[in-house]
Amino acid sequence: MKKLINHPDNIIREQLEGMQLAHGDLIKVNYEPYYITRKEATPEGKVALVSGGGSGHEPMHGGFVGKGMLDAACPGEVFTSPTPDQMFEAAKAVDSGSGVLNIVKNYTGDVMNFEMAADMAMAEGIKVQNIIVDDDIAVKDSLYTAGRRGVGTTVLIEKICGGAAEDGYDLKKLSDLCKKVNRYGRSMGMALTSCITPANGSPSFEISDDEMEIGIGIHGEPGIERDKLKSVDEITEMMTNSILDDPAYHRVLKEWDAGKNQWVDVEVVDDPFKKGDQVIAFVNSMGGTPVSELYGVYRKMAHVLEKRGIKVVRNLIGPFITSLEMQGCSITLLKADDEILKYWDAPALTPALRKKM
Amino acid sequence: MVTKKHILQWLENTANAMEDNRQYLTKLDTAIGDADHGNNMHRGFKKVKEQLPAFKGKDIGAILKAVAMTLISTVGGASGPLYGTMFMHAGNKMAGKEELTPKEMGELLAAGLEGVKMRGKASVGEKTIVDALEPAVEAYNQSLGNGSDFQQAMNRAVAACEKGAEETIPMIAKKGRASYLGERSKGHQDPGATSVSFIIKSLNDACLN
Repeated sequence: MKKLINHPDNIIREQLEGMQLAHGDLIKVNYEPYYITRKEATPEGKVALVSGGGSGHEPMHGGFVGKGMLDAACPGEVFTSPTPDQMFEAAKAVDSGSGVLNIVKNYTGDVMNFEMAADMAMAEGIKVQNIIVDDDIAVKDSLYTAGRRGVGTTVLIEKICGGAAEDGYDLKKLSDLCKKVNRYGRSMGMALTSCITPANGSPSFEISDDEMEIGIGIHGEPGIERDKLKSVDEITEMMTNSILDDPAYHRVLKEWDAGKNQWVDVEVVDDPFKKGDQVIAFVNSMGGTPVSELYGVYRKMAHVLEKRGIKVVRNLIGPFITSLEMQGCSITLLKADDEILKYWDAPALTPALRKKM
Repeated sequence: MVTKKHILQWLENTANAMEDNRQYLTKLDTAIGDADHGNNMHRGFKKVKEQLPAFKGKDIGAILKAVAMTLISTVGGASGPLYGTMFMHAGNKMAGKEELTPKEMGELLAAGLEGVKMRGKASVGEKTIVDALEPAVEAYNQSLGNGSDFQQAMNRAVAACEKGAEETIPMIAKKGRASYLGERSKGHQDPGATSVSFIIKSLNDACLN
């Protein structure tokens, strides 16, 4: 293993210390337990937007804390969900009395830990809602698996819901927007190489020099197929068409029902893309793929979308939700309506994403 | 009678087992999960072991609840909430107790199982902790009901737990990260079913003394 680290046990703390030193004008890092908040307290009347997840996906989520995006982020160990005490303490730190919206990627551990954290926060009188992001179309089945994973759409949700929260959306309205963006967004990833978590020191999965994994998750979860390496045009065409051709997806997601005062299962269905849709197109690096190659992906993706009658109205290109040093990319397409575009375009000032402040 | 001393020995044995099997559990998790189970369990029980001296003044219920809080705040992943809830429910059931009869030990185990199932919504056959823990709890309570003594019942529980863990090998995972593998999850022993078998074996070893 070759990594720029001291000891694997200390990397989370040392990297957080680095973030604090680099971005002390925007954020404040808490170390016991780990969470990152904005430098300034949440304004009165504003819903606090919180997310979190395993480390190793930087800049998500910590890099998105700041005006126009998150109020707090909770980093877990590498590829391991954060623990409930982190989200509970973060909620107490950023709640202004208007409630906390937790954005939770759909992984078994994350869902359970955020649920326990929400229970703890609600016991303290904080209004909380957990919204689950599950946009990875590589997972076809929600009945015999833990369901689709939360990937690229998470980044777009944090920007869009962050903008709406600044604009005064209450917890209910913000939760509804969050759910809509999740329903409208779909992603697919692929990997050329594996990645090494510092604690293990060996690759998370094996892949030969002439192979690629299509449909990979952001922790190296297997995808749809292992194939011989193809050209960027062939790979991009296949990924883009897979997203566009994905049929309506049915699943059951948990959310808090404030009226019934309990967690309830809600059936959620999202519709396929159709000709004439406007989209925000997000081409993401898994960490090891250079931005230049992302433009190769973007080129072919744009051609395919044009041919399919889908109009790209905004884009995002770069490493935003990564998987350590893995080479590979993901494509996220988000159907964009006026509300989504309004808050995509809203100002943001965070360590990793800035828009016309 | 199971005393507080046995319970503290159980936790120390479990911490040692997680340390000894850190790489083994992580290797199992590399095959069908995300390669962190051994690291996470080791981190959690190492912390529990550090706290053992401070547990001496607590009753058994309070000790188990303190273990739960430590696991919840240190393990992370899915195992943190699952094992945290297991110890939490067991601790709630044993509130105020300074020692346990064999029957109460059966209630402790059953409450732990119920906690895991409540949190994870898994049932037998889905390649999870439940596949090892449920047979262990059933074997213990059945054995006791059939007139076996505590030690015989514990031996049956350990055997059923280890057998349950092995029987996850041909299963297709339906819960957790392994479920994404579908058919490819066959042929690998479930890391959670394995770690719970270490916990049950550690309990038996502690009570033998």
